[in-house]
Amino acid sequence: MAEAKPKVRGKVVAAPTCAAVVGWFETPSALYHACESLRDKGYKDFDAHTPFPVHGLEKAMGLKPSRLPWIVLGGAITGFLTALSMQWWMGGVDYPLNISGKPGFSIQASIPILFELTVLLSAFGTFFGLWGLCGLPKLFDPVMQHPSFHKASDDRFFLSIEAKDPKFDSKTVTELLQKLGAHEVEEVAP
Amino acid sequence: MSAFIPRDVDNTLTTVERPPLILGKQSFNAITESVSDVVEGKTKRGWLVFFALALFGLMILGASLSDLVGVGIGEWGLNHPVGWAWDITGFVFWIGIGHAGTLISAILFLFRQKWRTSINRAAEAMTLFAVAAALIYPGFHVGRIWLAYWLLPIPNQMAIWPNFKSPLLWDVFAVSTYGTVSALFWFVGLVPDLATLRDRATTKSRRIAYGIFAMGWRGSHRHWLNYEKAYMILAGLSTPLVLSVHTIVSFDFATSIMPGWHTTIFPPYFVAGAVFSGFAMVVSLMVLVRKAYGLEHLITLRHLENMNKIILATGSMVGYAYAMEFFIAWYSGNVYERYAFINRAFGPYAWAYWTMVSCNVITPQLFWFRKIRTSIPAMFALSIFVNIGMWFERFVIIVTSLHRDYLPSSWGYFRPQIVDITTFIGTFGLFFTLFLVFIRFLPGIAISEVKGVLPIADPHGHDDHHGDEKEVAHG
Repeated sequence: MAEAKPKVRGKVVAAPTCAAVVGWFETPSALYHACESLRDKGYKDFDAHTPFPVHGLEKAMGLKPSRLPWIVLGGAITGFLTALSMQWWMGGVDYPLNISGKPGFSIQASIPILFELTVLLSAFGTFFGLWGLCGLPKLFDPVMQHPSFHKASDDRFFLSIEAKDPKFDSKTVTELLQKLGAHEVEEVAP
Repeated sequence: MSAFIPRDVDNTLTTVERPPLILGKQSFNAITESVSDVVEGKTKRGWLVFFALALFGLMILGASLSDLVGVGIGEWGLNHPVGWAWDITGFVFWIGIGHAGTLISAILFLFRQKWRTSINRAAEAMTLFAVAAALIYPGFHVGRIWLAYWLLPIPNQMAIWPNFKSPLLWDVFAVSTYGTVSALFWFVGLVPDLATLRDRATTKSRRIAYGIFAMGWRGSHRHWLNYEKAYMILAGLSTPLVLSVHTIVSFDFATSIMPGWHTTIFPPYFVAGAVFSGFAMVVSLMVLVRKAYGLEHLITLRHLENMNKIILATGSMVGYAYAMEFFIAWYSGNVYERYAFINRAFGPYAWAYWTMVSCNVITPQLFWFRKIRTSIPAMFALSIFVNIGMWFERFVIIVTSLHRDYLPSSWGYFRPQIVDITTFIGTFGLFFTLFLVFIRFLPGIAISEVKGVLPIADPHGHDDHHGDEKEVAHG
């Protein structure tokens, strides 16, 4: 790792662009404070990479709540309407079965399937909505090139400032991250 | 602060301060190491022995099912008047076991029971495999398995649709939704841990295999924000879902007019029984897994004790339901209903009834004693008894109600045939094969969730912590 570092750094400096500046912290609280000061300095496009969701970090980063519930609501409504129209049309219109003289379609007998399909399509909405909002699957991301990034899923707390941030200047943000106490502050190629 | 809590601390004793959830070395890396070791280490001899046994069971299942398809389901001992016996008993038994996994992953999550994090992954896996074992029964009971898709409302050349007023069709929707949602929930939980295994992989094949399923997860907090919301929503969806599944399973019986089945107590009674049997299965499995892989500091005695308390609570509910059924049979003044229950307790199947009562009503009451609740051998034995009892409960409800109906000339006595028995043994083979494969190749404990409940995970405390991470290379 120690030998690899100058090489990576050299390559990045020679390249016309750099995708982000990445460094890591030892504890969730150090990361939390670093995110707070980035937010207060007016940075927008920065991200934390942590082994588990650090409680309340979205506040320190100034993020808006997830939009996922709206997608789930869409799934729920679709599921409910599908179940209702399916049972009404199949059982009440297209192929009414006369069993003990009961009506082909009735709301009472439809409730179990209404409920199940509402839950099923809400769950699909949650599942696919989650990956859609995260932009996953995406097997490569520039931050993964940081030499220690494999520890981001173990016990280190990474912070990356992306080059697309309007205030981004690789030298300033590198120094800023170092001042905030980050280790191994590196630029990564796009 | 102390970064080390001895592994032999008794965390079942409640003091003024909350006892720790996780014992042993308290660092993030230590959690990663102990869970990943199970997956990355050498295959244990004990695993191979169990796996061989499980595969043997799976082969028995294969043979029984081939026989059933080839000869026909007349191979099962079903006949008039008992047209439903071990098949539906096995189905309800396995579906019920699955319920504990969802209870742990969803309901305990909504109740903020943080101790669930050590056991939820394995319990959810157990749910999926139990549902797979359960689906064998309705799947093969249709006789011509290649026509099983007739269960679903798919346009077909006969221009007919299934009967939406039938609880059996509700069951198709309930169980397939349950299986699907459980699988999605489980996979969502696995993704961050698959990323951990990908990042630790030492061989290319491992990196590719775990990498594909980790989908490029990089622990981004923007992703975690959506992820935690998704987890909460899935928990919120699974909670009513799990209650609905066993309710609808009980409708298979309760909406009929059969004495002994036609009762409004069935939905809550079935759900309590399902949770009861499921927790017993989780205790049996966890006792073995934590011992085999040295995970006693993650799945602590306190986790097991908490589960035993749930077994005690749900076992008491089940006992109450048994008593209430008898009361209502007497109080209703309905002679058929009254006869069904007297026959259940004192008729030809009295042996099954009293096996059920002693396993389900008397056994869990022993968990009132702390000594028994915290003794590993005792809880293992009792959890096995509970599962035996719960199998008998379904058998008693189904067979005793059917074998003597309104017309005495058609009374009969059900005896299982060899294929009944081998099919049931075979489903255990399927269940344990899947579970052993899971425990060997996937993280059996939710790594990222356990890290989240450590005291050092709180960003607002312990600023001075530098952990035991001597290996950290600075700069």
